[in-house]
Amino acid sequence: MTRATYAELLNLLAGIALVAAVLTLWRRKLVAIVRLLAVQGAAVAATGLVIGIDRASVSAIVLATLAFALKAGVIPLVLLRLVRRGPDARETQPLVNVSASLVAAALLIALAFASTSAVVSLSSGPESRVIPLGFAIVLVGFFSLATRGKAPSQLVGFLLFENGVALVAVLAAAGVSVVVELGVALDVLLAVLVLQVLTARMQDKFGSLDLDQLQELHD
Amino acid sequence: MLLLFVLFPIAPAVAAAACGWQPWVGRVAVATSGLLVVGGGILAARVLDNGPQTFDTLLRADALSAFMVILIGSVALLASWFSIPYLTAELTHHHTTARGAQLYGILINAFIATMVFAVLVDNIAVMWVTIEGTTIVTAFLVGHRRTRHSLEASWKYVILGSVGIVLAFLGTVLVAYAAAHTHGGGGGEPSLSWTSVVEIAHQLDPGVMRLAVVLLFLGYGTKVGLAPMHTWLPDAHSQAPAPVSALMSGALLSVAFYAILRVKVIADLALGPAFSRTLLIIAGLLSLVVATSLIIAQRDYKRLLAYSSIEHMGIVALAAAIGTPLALSAALLHMLGHGIGKSVAFLGSGEIALTEGTTAIGEVHGLVARRPVIGVSFGLSLLGLLGLPPFVLFATEIAIINAGFAQGLGWVMAIAAVLLLVVFGAVLLHAKQMLFGIPDEHERRTPTATAFARPLLLGLAAFTALGISIWPIQQLLHTAARIVAH
Repeated sequence: MTRATYAELLNLLAGIALVAAVLTLWRRKLVAIVRLLAVQGAAVAATGLVIGIDRASVSAIVLATLAFALKAGVIPLVLLRLVRRGPDARETQPLVNVSASLVAAALLIALAFASTSAVVSLSSGPESRVIPLGFAIVLVGFFSLATRGKAPSQLVGFLLFENGVALVAVLAAAGVSVVVELGVALDVLLAVLVLQVLTARMQDKFGSLDLDQLQELHD
Repeated sequence: MLLLFVLFPIAPAVAAAACGWQPWVGRVAVATSGLLVVGGGILAARVLDNGPQTFDTLLRADALSAFMVILIGSVALLASWFSIPYLTAELTHHHTTARGAQLYGILINAFIATMVFAVLVDNIAVMWVTIEGTTIVTAFLVGHRRTRHSLEASWKYVILGSVGIVLAFLGTVLVAYAAAHTHGGGGGEPSLSWTSVVEIAHQLDPGVMRLAVVLLFLGYGTKVGLAPMHTWLPDAHSQAPAPVSALMSGALLSVAFYAILRVKVIADLALGPAFSRTLLIIAGLLSLVVATSLIIAQRDYKRLLAYSSIEHMGIVALAAAIGTPLALSAALLHMLGHGIGKSVAFLGSGEIALTEGTTAIGEVHGLVARRPVIGVSFGLSLLGLLGLPPFVLFATEIAIINAGFAQGLGWVMAIAAVLLLVVFGAVLLHAKQMLFGIPDEHERRTPTATAFARPLLLGLAAFTALGISIWPIQQLLHTAARIVAH
């Protein structure tokens, strides 16, 4: 792999991940959004794989493969099962309309580039130049989380956000130890499972997954 | 030796998993929590004599860690002791099932173990993993009752808690990135051990560190319940079972603040003290304002206690912002005092809620006359939390305000003092009616069961004793404070 191809590949994969995040603001069908999440997860894991291959690091390659299974396999499957459980959860109900969301996404991407200039200039490697894309996914994911009114789509928003952080982590952290990476992956998986159980209980108690029903606790 | 501390609370968790929840499992949990306090004391003595203790490369205990172990153990002791009659009552009233009680027994002890782990790990990334772990183990504890309200509370808790903590992870990644690109390092594998990051902290790139510190403060600040990331806290703390509320409020908030203190040491070396001071002053004052305004018109006594926790964490944040050894000693003592006092208040509120069947302030009257034990202990814990002598928070609040004036933060301290006075008046008004109001006809004179009363009285005794003298822990406090102070 030449340096130029390597840099191109990183750009391409991070670009796919960001486009997937923005597209989730545009699509309304939750099944389609979960598929976009899987594409994004695959792109993030592939970034880790490319970096691992480039550095000939076995542990990084193993971790990236594991991340691929988790982000493009297990988590999307769990979510699809959740979506198919409740008929009323198939459509998202964004609190902000699509065109306003896309404008917001553009502003957030600009903000991500503006706030990470110090991070980019610290290192001359091709990885660090892609880091702003990771931050852009974090911000867009957070926006998606904050503006969704149904439990499964909030959960998807959280995972978009987390994928952004994972992308920054593989690009920035050359050597966070394997134990830590595994701990992080386990924590995220457990958090998703906890939220899935809560969603199932919500379906039983409320008969719907509309978070607008969660307005009983207030001052 | 250090590993033992994490294993102590695992024992009752395993017992609960194997045999289901039984009163003897609860008593084992009380004993292991007691061991944490005693062991924390022994650890403190060894640290003060021989310097920081390590186990493998994973665990490391300095004076600050030893202090936190004692804090967690004290709160865990009260909460575990109270859990025994609490679960027995829940089972008799069919509020929970044998399975629910078993899950409770496993999770609450796993929760204590995770907190102890968090204050003993050296690596800041592993510390992150353990603090995220506390969210996972407590999620089902908050939802223990399985009502609509507790479900709503646990959803908000897990979503907001996870978002916050993922931000803290992003911050940790940036610290690792900065550490890998120091002038001397040249892109090698950085060690994320707190001690080695502190050693190279002055070489870390300030631009990257500014972003990292903001993310870390935002992330761990969410777990501390600092405004404006506090919105999950009143729901979770008011819906959780009383002993869990005591642990979450008395211990977990302080454990999360411990993470902020560790980050602050790195931040102050890399960026100078002004940067973290500004962030902490904003978060501290905002928390005090939010807590004060929502305490004034509060109608639910468990939520009142939750907002009081936000208020106290705001005070601790301001003390950390001052940053002198004196202010930090006061902050640490404040965390311990708040941990014990708030546990008594939350446990008392749990007994009141069980017996009266309501958490509305307006529906509880004349507790002191009807049920003197619970009325007086709940009332005294509230007075202590408001900062009245002889309780310990009186001394710490005075010390923090004095230290603030001495550091030229007079205007911040003046605003804080005014807000504290408003809270004082508002809580007294609420408490007056609950404690001394004229009871309705249906409100009974049910006596407080001794099993509930014992842990409350022990907590009150400790709360008062801390206010009278702190000599056994004075040296520990000073040494721990000097680790963080600049």
